[in-house]
Amino acid sequence: MATDNTMKVNLKVWRQADSKAKGEFKLYENVETTPDTSFLETLDILNETLVEKGEEPIVFDHDCREGICGMCSLFINGHPHGPAQGATTCQLYMRRFKDGETITVEPWRSAAFPVIKDLMVNRNAFDQIQQAGGYVSFNCGGAQDANAIPISKVDADEAMDSATCIGCGACVAACKNGSAMLFVSAKVSQFALLPQGRVEAVKRVKSMVAKMDELGFGNCTNTRACEAECPKCISISNIARMNREFICAKFKD
Amino acid sequence: MWLIDSSIGRKVIMSVTGLFLVLFLIFHMSMNVVAIFSSETYNDICNFLGANWYALAGTMVLAAGVVLHIVFAFLLSYRNYKARPIGYSTQKNQKEVEGASQNMLVLGIIVLMGLCMHLIHFWAKMQLQEIIGATPDYEGQFTNGAELIRITFSNPYVCLAYIGWFIAIWFHLTHGIWSAFQSTGLNNKVWFPRLKMCANIFSTIIVLGFTAVVIAGYIHS
Ligand code: HEM
Ligand code: SF4
Ligand code: FES
Repeated sequence: MATDNTMKVNLKVWRQADSKAKGEFKLYENVETTPDTSFLETLDILNETLVEKGEEPIVFDHDCREGICGMCSLFINGHPHGPAQGATTCQLYMRRFKDGETITVEPWRSAAFPVIKDLMVNRNAFDQIQQAGGYVSFNCGGAQDANAIPISKVDADEAMDSATCIGCGACVAACKNGSAMLFVSAKVSQFALLPQGRVEAVKRVKSMVAKMDELGFGNCTNTRACEAECPKCISISNIARMNREFICAKFKD
Repeated sequence: MWLIDSSIGRKVIMSVTGLFLVLFLIFHMSMNVVAIFSSETYNDICNFLGANWYALAGTMVLAAGVVLHIVFAFLLSYRNYKARPIGYSTQKNQKEVEGASQNMLVLGIIVLMGLCMHLIHFWAKMQLQEIIGATPDYEGQFTNGAELIRITFSNPYVCLAYIGWFIAIWFHLTHGIWSAFQSTGLNNKVWFPRLKMCANIFSTIIVLGFTAVVIAGYIHS
Protein backbone atom coordinates (compact mmCIF):
# COMPACT_ATOMS: atom_id res chain seq x y z
CA MET A 1 0.00 0.00 0.00
CA ALA A 2 1.13 3.48 -0.87
CA THR A 3 4.70 2.49 -1.60
CA ASP A 4 5.01 5.23 -4.19
CA ASN A 5 4.76 8.10 -1.70
CA THR A 6 8.36 8.37 -0.62
CA MET A 7 9.73 10.73 1.97
CA LYS A 8 13.17 12.02 2.90
CA VAL A 9 14.53 12.50 6.40
CA ASN A 10 17.84 13.67 7.82
CA LEU A 11 19.22 11.38 10.50
CA LYS A 12 21.51 12.85 13.14
CA VAL A 13 23.04 9.72 14.61
CA TRP A 14 25.45 9.16 17.52
CA ARG A 15 28.57 7.36 16.24
CA GLN A 16 31.06 5.91 18.69
CA ALA A 17 33.76 3.41 17.66
CA ASP A 18 33.87 1.50 20.97
CA SER A 19 33.10 1.86 24.66
CA LYS A 20 36.19 4.00 25.26
CA ALA A 21 35.99 6.25 22.19
CA LYS A 22 34.65 9.77 22.57
CA GLY A 23 31.82 9.60 20.06
CA GLU A 24 30.00 12.34 18.16
CA PHE A 25 26.86 13.04 16.16
CA LYS A 26 26.99 12.48 12.43
CA LEU A 27 24.36 13.90 10.09
CA TYR A 28 23.07 11.72 7.23
CA GLU A 29 21.03 13.88 4.91
CA ASN A 30 18.16 12.94 2.60
CA VAL A 31 17.70 9.32 3.61
CA GLU A 32 14.96 8.01 1.32
CA THR A 33 12.18 5.99 2.94
CA THR A 34 8.37 5.75 2.95
CA PRO A 35 5.78 6.55 5.63
CA ASP A 36 4.96 2.84 5.98
CA THR A 37 8.57 1.84 6.55
CA SER A 38 9.57 1.23 10.14
CA PHE A 39 12.23 3.33 11.82
CA LEU A 40 14.62 0.38 12.09
CA GLU A 41 14.10 -0.44 8.40
CA THR A 42 15.00 3.15 7.60
CA LEU A 43 18.24 2.64 9.51
CA ASP A 44 18.74 -0.57 7.47
CA ILE A 45 18.27 1.44 4.25
CA LEU A 46 20.82 4.00 5.45
CA ASN A 47 23.23 1.22 6.46
CA GLU A 48 23.00 -0.33 2.98
CA THR A 49 24.11 2.93 1.41
CA LEU A 50 26.91 3.24 3.98
CA VAL A 51 28.14 -0.28 3.22
CA GLU A 52 28.03 0.45 -0.52
CA LYS A 53 30.19 3.52 0.09
CA GLY A 54 32.62 1.39 2.11
CA GLU A 55 31.73 3.12 5.41
CA GLU A 56 31.04 1.41 8.73
CA PRO A 57 27.32 0.70 9.14
CA ILE A 58 25.53 2.08 12.22
CA VAL A 59 25.35 -0.50 14.99
CA PHE A 60 22.04 -0.78 16.86
CA ASP A 61 20.24 -3.50 18.83
CA HIS A 62 17.18 -5.29 17.47
CA ASP A 63 15.79 -8.79 17.25
CA CYS A 64 12.10 -9.70 16.95
CA ARG A 65 10.97 -6.43 15.35
CA GLU A 66 7.46 -7.11 16.57
CA GLY A 67 7.58 -5.46 19.97
CA ILE A 68 7.99 -8.50 22.17
CA CYS A 69 11.68 -9.21 22.77
CA GLY A 70 12.95 -5.95 24.28
CA MET A 71 16.15 -5.82 22.26
CA CYS A 72 15.55 -2.60 20.33
CA SER A 73 16.40 0.67 22.06
CA LEU A 74 17.35 4.17 20.75
CA PHE A 75 16.58 7.62 22.13
CA ILE A 76 14.75 9.25 19.22
CA ASN A 77 13.93 12.97 19.18
CA GLY A 78 14.12 13.20 22.95
CA HIS A 79 12.18 10.04 23.81
CA PRO A 80 13.23 6.42 24.40
CA HIS A 81 11.61 4.32 21.64
CA GLY A 82 10.66 7.59 19.93
CA PRO A 83 7.73 9.94 20.51
CA ALA A 84 4.93 7.34 20.34
CA GLN A 85 3.68 6.11 23.72
CA GLY A 86 3.20 2.42 24.43
CA ALA A 87 5.35 1.27 21.48
CA THR A 88 8.87 -0.01 20.99
CA THR A 89 11.28 1.44 18.42
CA CYS A 90 10.68 -1.52 16.11
CA GLN A 91 6.97 -0.62 16.11
CA LEU A 92 7.69 3.01 15.22
CA TYR A 93 6.82 3.97 11.63
CA MET A 94 8.09 6.86 9.55
CA ARG A 95 4.57 8.31 9.24
CA ARG A 96 5.22 9.70 12.74
CA PHE A 97 7.76 12.08 11.20
CA LYS A 98 7.49 14.91 8.71
CA ASP A 99 9.02 14.86 5.26
CA GLY A 100 12.41 16.59 5.47
CA GLU A 101 12.54 16.37 9.27
CA THR A 102 15.89 16.02 11.06
CA ILE A 103 15.65 13.13 13.53
CA THR A 104 18.14 12.88 16.40
CA VAL A 105 19.10 9.34 17.42
CA GLU A 106 21.12 8.71 20.59
CA PRO A 107 21.95 5.64 22.66
CA TRP A 108 20.40 5.04 26.13
CA ARG A 109 22.42 7.12 28.60
CA SER A 110 23.08 5.47 31.94
CA ALA A 111 26.19 4.69 33.93
CA ALA A 112 24.89 1.13 34.26
CA PHE A 113 24.34 0.80 30.47
CA PRO A 114 27.73 1.60 28.90
CA VAL A 115 27.82 2.17 25.13
CA ILE A 116 29.31 -0.81 23.28
CA LYS A 117 29.35 0.80 19.83
CA ASP A 118 27.31 3.57 18.20
CA LEU A 119 23.73 3.11 19.43
CA MET A 120 24.22 -0.27 21.09
CA VAL A 121 24.45 -0.28 24.89
CA ASN A 122 25.26 -3.10 27.29
CA ARG A 123 22.12 -3.96 29.26
CA ASN A 124 23.73 -6.89 31.05
CA ALA A 125 22.96 -5.08 34.32
CA PHE A 126 19.31 -6.11 33.89
CA ASP A 127 20.33 -9.76 33.51
CA GLN A 128 22.34 -9.50 36.71
CA ILE A 129 19.33 -8.12 38.57
CA GLN A 130 17.18 -10.96 37.22
CA GLN A 131 19.79 -13.50 38.25
CA ALA A 132 19.73 -12.05 41.77
CA GLY A 133 16.17 -13.24 42.32
CA GLY A 134 13.84 -12.82 39.35
CA TYR A 135 12.76 -16.45 39.29
CA VAL A 136 10.94 -19.11 41.31
CA SER A 137 12.82 -22.23 42.29
CA PHE A 138 10.50 -25.20 42.53
CA ASN A 139 10.66 -28.77 41.32
CA CYS A 140 9.07 -29.23 37.93
CA GLY A 141 6.62 -32.09 37.91
CA GLY A 142 3.67 -32.63 35.63
CA ALA A 143 1.57 -29.56 34.88
CA GLN A 144 -0.86 -28.73 37.71
CA ASP A 145 -4.57 -29.10 37.16
CA ALA A 146 -6.15 -25.80 36.22
CA ASN A 147 -7.45 -23.83 39.22
CA ALA A 148 -5.71 -26.13 41.72
CA ILE A 149 -4.39 -22.96 43.32
CA PRO A 150 -7.17 -20.35 43.36
CA ILE A 151 -5.97 -16.87 42.31
CA SER A 152 -8.30 -13.91 42.05
CA LYS A 153 -8.88 -12.46 38.60
CA VAL A 154 -7.61 -9.07 39.79
CA ASP A 155 -4.31 -10.52 41.01
CA ALA A 156 -3.90 -12.70 37.94
CA ASP A 157 -4.44 -9.69 35.68
CA GLU A 158 -2.05 -7.48 37.65
CA ALA A 159 0.62 -10.18 37.63
CA MET A 160 0.15 -10.60 33.90
CA ASP A 161 0.43 -6.84 33.34
CA SER A 162 3.68 -6.75 35.33
CA ALA A 163 5.00 -9.74 33.43
CA THR A 164 4.62 -7.92 30.11
CA CYS A 165 7.81 -5.96 30.89
CA ILE A 166 10.24 -6.87 28.11
CA GLY A 167 13.35 -5.62 29.92
CA CYS A 168 14.17 -3.03 27.27
CA GLY A 169 15.55 -0.41 29.67
CA ALA A 170 13.51 2.53 28.36
CA CYS A 171 12.50 3.29 31.94
CA VAL A 172 16.16 3.79 32.89
CA ALA A 173 16.78 5.78 29.72
CA ALA A 174 13.81 8.09 30.35
CA CYS A 175 14.41 8.66 34.05
CA LYS A 176 16.41 11.78 34.85
CA ASN A 177 17.95 9.78 37.71
CA GLY A 178 18.75 6.73 35.61
CA SER A 179 16.66 4.68 38.02
CA ALA A 180 15.74 1.05 37.27
CA MET A 181 12.84 0.95 39.73
CA LEU A 182 10.13 0.37 37.11
CA PHE A 183 11.87 -2.65 35.62
CA VAL A 184 12.83 -4.19 38.97
CA SER A 185 9.39 -3.53 40.45
CA ALA A 186 7.68 -5.18 37.47
CA LYS A 187 9.87 -8.25 37.92
CA VAL A 188 9.29 -8.30 41.69
CA SER A 189 5.52 -7.79 41.26
CA GLN A 190 4.91 -10.51 38.71
CA PHE A 191 5.97 -13.02 41.37
CA ALA A 192 4.83 -11.17 44.49
CA LEU A 193 1.22 -11.23 43.27
CA LEU A 194 1.09 -15.00 42.87
CA PRO A 195 1.20 -17.71 45.56
CA GLN A 196 4.05 -19.51 43.77
CA GLY A 197 6.13 -16.36 44.04
CA ARG A 198 5.31 -15.62 47.69
CA VAL A 199 7.53 -18.46 48.93
CA GLU A 200 10.72 -16.59 48.06
CA ALA A 201 9.23 -13.07 48.08
CA VAL A 202 11.21 -11.69 51.03
CA LYS A 203 14.55 -12.95 49.80
CA ARG A 204 13.78 -11.94 46.21
CA VAL A 205 12.99 -8.28 46.82
CA LYS A 206 16.02 -7.82 49.06
CA SER A 207 18.52 -9.35 46.67
CA MET A 208 17.11 -7.71 43.53
CA VAL A 209 17.10 -4.25 45.12
CA ALA A 210 20.61 -4.79 46.52
CA LYS A 211 21.86 -5.76 43.05
CA MET A 212 20.13 -2.76 41.49
CA ASP A 213 21.80 -0.42 43.99
CA GLU A 214 25.18 -2.07 43.52
CA LEU A 215 25.11 -1.62 39.74
CA GLY A 216 24.86 2.18 40.00
CA PHE A 217 21.27 2.91 39.00
CA GLY A 218 19.87 6.13 40.47
CA ASN A 219 17.16 6.62 43.08
CA CYS A 220 13.52 6.97 42.16
CA THR A 221 12.08 10.46 42.70
CA ASN A 222 8.66 9.47 41.40
CA THR A 223 8.79 11.64 38.28
CA ARG A 224 6.71 9.08 36.33
CA ALA A 225 8.84 9.57 33.22
CA CYS A 226 9.34 5.76 33.21
CA GLU A 227 5.69 4.76 32.99
CA ALA A 228 5.03 7.49 30.43
CA GLU A 229 7.76 6.09 28.15
CA CYS A 230 7.47 2.36 28.90
CA PRO A 231 6.46 0.55 25.68
CA LYS A 232 4.42 -1.88 27.81
CA CYS A 233 2.79 0.85 29.94
CA ILE A 234 4.02 -0.74 33.18
CA SER A 235 2.48 1.27 36.04
CA ILE A 236 4.38 2.92 38.90
CA SER A 237 1.95 1.14 41.24
CA ASN A 238 4.47 -1.69 40.83
CA ILE A 239 7.10 0.59 42.36
CA ALA A 240 4.83 1.26 45.34
CA ARG A 241 4.34 -2.49 45.71
CA MET A 242 8.09 -3.13 45.61
CA ASN A 243 8.71 -0.38 48.19
CA ARG A 244 6.11 -2.03 50.41
CA GLU A 245 7.63 -5.49 49.92
CA PHE A 246 11.13 -4.19 50.57
CA ILE A 247 10.25 -2.19 53.69
CA CYS A 248 8.28 -5.12 55.16
CA ALA A 249 11.12 -7.52 54.32
CA LYS A 250 13.63 -5.30 56.10
CA PHE A 251 11.42 -4.97 59.17
CA LYS A 252 11.27 -8.75 59.37
CA ASP A 253 15.09 -8.97 59.66
CA MET B 1 21.52 -0.29 58.15
CA TRP B 2 19.05 -0.48 55.28
CA LEU B 3 17.60 3.00 55.94
CA ILE B 4 20.99 4.50 55.13
CA ASP B 5 22.59 2.18 52.60
CA SER B 6 19.73 1.12 50.33
CA SER B 7 18.08 3.37 47.77
CA ILE B 8 14.58 2.59 49.04
CA GLY B 9 15.67 3.08 52.66
CA ARG B 10 17.05 6.53 51.90
CA LYS B 11 13.79 7.42 50.22
CA VAL B 12 11.93 6.27 53.34
CA ILE B 13 13.96 8.77 55.34
CA MET B 14 13.16 11.49 52.79
CA SER B 15 9.47 10.76 52.91
CA VAL B 16 9.13 10.35 56.68
CA THR B 17 11.07 13.56 57.40
CA GLY B 18 9.17 15.29 54.58
CA LEU B 19 5.77 14.28 55.94
CA PHE B 20 6.86 15.29 59.43
CA LEU B 21 7.75 18.73 58.05
CA VAL B 22 4.37 18.89 56.32
CA LEU B 23 2.66 18.22 59.68
CA PHE B 24 4.74 20.97 61.21
CA LEU B 25 3.75 23.37 58.41
CA ILE B 26 0.06 22.62 59.05
CA PHE B 27 0.54 23.34 62.75
CA HIS B 28 2.59 26.48 62.06
CA MET B 29 0.08 27.77 59.51
CA SER B 30 -2.90 27.21 61.83
CA MET B 31 -1.08 29.06 64.58
CA ASN B 32 -0.19 31.99 62.31
CA VAL B 33 -3.71 32.39 60.98
CA VAL B 34 -4.75 33.29 64.54
CA ALA B 35 -2.68 36.47 64.18
CA ILE B 36 -5.04 37.70 61.46
CA PHE B 37 -7.95 37.70 63.90
CA SER B 38 -6.45 38.49 67.27
CA SER B 39 -3.03 39.85 68.21
CA GLU B 40 -3.63 38.98 71.89
CA THR B 41 -4.46 35.34 71.29
CA TYR B 42 -1.53 35.01 68.91
CA ASN B 43 0.84 36.50 71.46
CA ASP B 44 -0.58 34.18 74.11
CA ILE B 45 0.40 31.25 71.88
CA CYS B 46 3.89 32.77 71.39
CA ASN B 47 4.21 33.19 75.15
CA PHE B 48 3.01 29.68 75.75
CA LEU B 49 5.68 28.29 73.42
CA GLY B 50 8.44 30.81 74.06
CA ALA B 51 11.63 29.07 75.12
CA ASN B 52 10.04 26.49 77.41
CA TRP B 53 11.51 23.02 77.53
CA TYR B 54 8.76 21.57 75.35
CA ALA B 55 9.14 24.30 72.75
CA LEU B 56 12.91 23.77 72.77
CA ALA B 57 12.53 20.00 72.50
CA GLY B 58 10.13 20.53 69.60
CA THR B 59 12.59 22.87 67.94
CA MET B 60 15.39 20.31 68.28
CA VAL B 61 13.31 17.51 66.77
CA LEU B 62 12.23 19.83 63.97
CA ALA B 63 15.81 20.90 63.28
CA ALA B 64 16.89 17.26 63.19
CA GLY B 65 14.11 16.55 60.68
CA VAL B 66 15.17 19.45 58.47
CA VAL B 67 18.85 18.46 58.61
CA LEU B 68 18.11 14.80 57.80
CA HIS B 69 15.82 15.80 54.93
CA ILE B 70 18.47 18.11 53.46
CA VAL B 71 21.42 15.74 53.97
CA PHE B 72 19.56 12.89 52.27
CA ALA B 73 18.30 15.23 49.53
CA PHE B 74 21.90 15.95 48.55
CA LEU B 75 23.01 12.35 49.02
CA LEU B 76 20.25 11.03 46.76
CA SER B 77 20.72 13.79 44.21
CA TYR B 78 24.45 13.12 44.04
CA ARG B 79 23.87 9.44 43.32
CA ASN B 80 21.27 10.32 40.70
CA TYR B 81 23.72 12.65 39.03
CA LYS B 82 26.33 9.90 38.95
CA ALA B 83 23.86 7.47 37.40
CA ARG B 84 23.64 9.64 34.25
CA PRO B 85 27.19 10.89 33.62
CA ILE B 86 26.53 11.76 29.97
CA GLY B 87 23.29 13.56 29.25
CA TYR B 88 21.13 13.60 26.11
CA SER B 89 21.40 16.27 23.44
CA THR B 90 17.61 16.45 23.36
CA GLN B 91 15.26 15.14 25.99
CA LYS B 92 11.54 15.83 26.09
CA ASN B 93 9.00 14.86 28.70
CA GLN B 94 5.64 13.28 28.09
CA LYS B 95 2.75 15.36 29.42
CA GLU B 96 2.28 13.13 32.48
CA VAL B 97 5.62 14.25 33.91
CA GLU B 98 5.28 17.25 36.23
CA GLY B 99 7.93 19.94 36.37
CA ALA B 100 8.01 19.89 40.19
CA SER B 101 8.97 16.22 40.28
CA GLN B 102 11.95 16.90 38.02
CA ASN B 103 13.16 19.85 40.10
CA MET B 104 12.73 18.85 43.74
CA LEU B 105 16.32 19.75 44.64
CA VAL B 106 16.14 23.22 43.08
CA LEU B 107 12.78 23.82 44.77
CA GLY B 108 14.21 22.50 48.04
CA ILE B 109 17.17 24.88 47.83
CA ILE B 110 14.79 27.81 47.29
CA VAL B 111 12.76 26.59 50.27
CA LEU B 112 15.97 26.43 52.31
CA MET B 113 16.94 30.00 51.37
CA GLY B 114 13.46 31.19 52.34
CA LEU B 115 13.80 29.29 55.59
CA CYS B 116 17.07 31.11 56.42
CA MET B 117 15.41 34.46 55.68
CA HIS B 118 12.47 33.51 57.86
CA LEU B 119 14.67 32.36 60.78
CA ILE B 120 16.55 35.68 60.66
CA HIS B 121 13.29 37.65 60.60
CA PHE B 122 11.50 35.83 63.41
CA TRP B 123 13.26 33.02 65.24
CA ALA B 124 16.47 35.04 65.76
CA LYS B 125 14.42 37.90 67.22
CA MET B 126 12.23 35.78 69.45
CA GLN B 127 13.14 32.30 70.69
CA LEU B 128 16.90 32.74 70.11
CA GLN B 129 16.92 35.91 72.24
CA GLU B 130 15.26 34.01 75.07
CA ILE B 131 17.64 31.09 74.70
CA ILE B 132 20.73 33.31 74.98
CA GLY B 133 19.02 35.14 77.84
CA ALA B 134 19.15 38.60 76.29
CA THR B 135 17.48 41.40 78.24
CA PRO B 136 14.60 42.96 76.31
CA ASP B 137 14.67 46.73 75.66
CA TYR B 138 11.04 46.80 76.64
CA GLU B 139 8.52 44.42 78.21
CA GLY B 140 7.44 41.67 75.78
CA GLN B 141 9.96 42.55 73.03
CA PHE B 142 10.71 38.88 72.37
CA THR B 143 7.18 37.59 72.70
CA ASN B 144 5.10 40.15 70.82
CA GLY B 145 4.92 38.07 67.65
CA ALA B 146 1.93 39.95 66.30
CA GLU B 147 3.85 43.22 66.39
CA LEU B 148 6.86 41.59 64.73
CA ILE B 149 4.63 40.31 61.92
CA ARG B 150 3.37 43.86 61.25
CA ILE B 151 6.89 45.32 61.38
CA THR B 152 8.38 42.66 59.10
CA PHE B 153 5.64 42.77 56.49
CA SER B 154 5.42 46.56 56.38
CA ASN B 155 8.07 46.21 53.67
CA PRO B 156 6.39 45.15 50.40
CA TYR B 157 9.60 43.57 49.07
CA VAL B 158 9.76 41.30 52.10
CA CYS B 159 6.13 40.36 51.41
CA LEU B 160 7.01 39.48 47.81
CA ALA B 161 10.02 37.44 48.91
CA TYR B 162 7.80 35.45 51.29
CA ILE B 163 5.15 34.88 48.64
CA GLY B 164 7.86 33.65 46.24
CA TRP B 165 9.02 31.30 48.97
CA PHE B 166 5.48 30.00 49.46
CA ILE B 167 5.14 29.33 45.73
CA ALA B 168 8.30 27.19 45.86
CA ILE B 169 6.86 25.34 48.87
CA TRP B 170 3.61 24.83 46.96
CA PHE B 171 5.39 23.17 44.05
CA HIS B 172 7.62 21.13 46.39
CA LEU B 173 4.57 19.84 48.23
CA THR B 174 2.21 19.17 45.32
CA HIS B 175 4.74 16.55 44.29
CA GLY B 176 6.24 15.79 47.70
CA ILE B 177 3.08 14.77 49.53
CA TRP B 178 1.91 12.04 47.14
CA SER B 179 5.50 11.06 46.43
CA ALA B 180 6.09 10.43 50.14
CA PHE B 181 3.22 7.92 50.17
CA GLN B 182 4.51 6.26 47.01
CA SER B 183 8.03 6.01 48.49
CA THR B 184 6.77 4.23 51.59
CA GLY B 185 4.65 1.88 49.48
CA LEU B 186 1.31 3.38 50.49
CA ASN B 187 -0.01 3.79 46.97
CA ASN B 188 -1.75 1.83 44.24
CA LYS B 189 -3.79 2.52 41.11
CA VAL B 190 -6.93 3.39 43.06
CA TRP B 191 -5.25 5.63 45.61
CA PHE B 192 -2.93 7.43 43.22
CA PRO B 193 -5.44 10.03 41.93
CA ARG B 194 -6.79 10.46 45.48
CA LEU B 195 -3.33 11.06 46.91
CA LYS B 196 -2.54 13.55 44.15
CA MET B 197 -5.75 15.41 44.90
CA CYS B 198 -4.95 15.43 48.65
CA ALA B 199 -1.43 16.71 47.87
CA ASN B 200 -2.89 19.57 45.84
CA ILE B 201 -5.49 20.42 48.49
CA PHE B 202 -3.06 20.33 51.43
CA SER B 203 -0.35 22.33 49.61
CA THR B 204 -2.90 24.94 48.60
CA ILE B 205 -4.42 25.28 52.09
CA ILE B 206 -0.98 25.55 53.70
CA VAL B 207 0.27 28.13 51.23
CA LEU B 208 -2.94 30.21 51.22
CA GLY B 209 -2.92 30.30 55.03
CA PHE B 210 0.64 31.60 55.20
CA THR B 211 0.01 34.08 52.38
CA ALA B 212 -3.06 35.46 54.15
CA VAL B 213 -0.95 36.22 57.24
CA VAL B 214 1.64 38.08 55.16
CA ILE B 215 -1.04 40.14 53.42
CA ALA B 216 -2.85 40.86 56.70
CA GLY B 217 0.47 41.89 58.25
CA TYR B 218 1.09 44.30 55.37
CA ILE B 219 -2.41 45.80 55.54
CA HIS B 220 -2.28 46.31 59.33
CA SER B 221 1.23 47.80 59.31
C1 HEM C 1 9.26 23.10 54.55
C2 HEM C 1 10.18 22.28 54.33
C3 HEM C 1 10.06 21.02 53.49
C4 HEM C 1 9.03 20.13 53.39
C5 HEM C 1 7.69 20.19 54.08
C6 HEM C 1 9.45 19.10 52.47
C7 HEM C 1 8.69 18.01 52.10
C8 HEM C 1 9.08 17.03 51.23
C9 HEM C 1 8.35 15.84 50.93
C10 HEM C 1 7.01 15.44 51.55
C11 HEM C 1 9.06 15.14 50.00
C12 HEM C 1 8.67 13.82 49.36
C13 HEM C 1 9.53 12.69 49.82
C14 HEM C 1 9.53 11.56 48.86
O1 HEM C 1 9.47 11.76 47.66
O2 HEM C 1 9.63 10.42 49.31
C15 HEM C 1 10.23 15.90 49.70
C16 HEM C 1 11.19 15.52 48.79
C17 HEM C 1 12.35 16.23 48.54
N1 HEM C 1 12.79 17.35 49.23
FE1 HEM C 1 11.76 18.34 50.61
N2 HEM C 1 10.72 19.38 52.01
C18 HEM C 1 11.13 20.55 52.63
C19 HEM C 1 12.35 21.18 52.49
C20 HEM C 1 13.36 20.75 51.65
C21 HEM C 1 14.67 21.34 51.56
C22 HEM C 1 15.14 22.52 52.38
C23 HEM C 1 15.36 20.63 50.60
C24 HEM C 1 16.75 20.76 50.07
C25 HEM C 1 17.65 21.56 50.14
C26 HEM C 1 14.48 19.62 50.09
C27 HEM C 1 14.81 18.73 49.10
C28 HEM C 1 14.02 17.70 48.69
C29 HEM C 1 14.35 16.80 47.61
C30 HEM C 1 15.61 16.83 46.74
C31 HEM C 1 13.30 15.88 47.52
C32 HEM C 1 13.18 14.74 46.54
C33 HEM C 1 13.85 13.55 47.10
C34 HEM C 1 13.61 12.33 46.30
O3 HEM C 1 12.52 12.17 45.77
O4 HEM C 1 14.53 11.52 46.21
N3 HEM C 1 13.28 19.71 50.76
N4 HEM C 1 10.24 17.05 50.48
S1 SF4 D 1 9.39 -1.49 32.72
FE1 SF4 D 1 8.84 -0.92 30.59
S2 SF4 D 1 10.52 0.45 29.97
FE2 SF4 D 1 11.26 -0.65 31.77
S3 SF4 D 1 12.33 -2.44 30.97
FE3 SF4 D 1 10.21 -3.11 31.34
S4 SF4 D 1 9.17 -2.77 29.37
FE4 SF4 D 1 11.08 -1.62 29.24
S1 FES E 1 13.14 -5.66 18.27
FE1 FES E 1 12.10 -6.96 19.70
S2 FES E 1 10.95 -5.49 20.81
FE2 FES E 1 11.82 -4.26 19.25
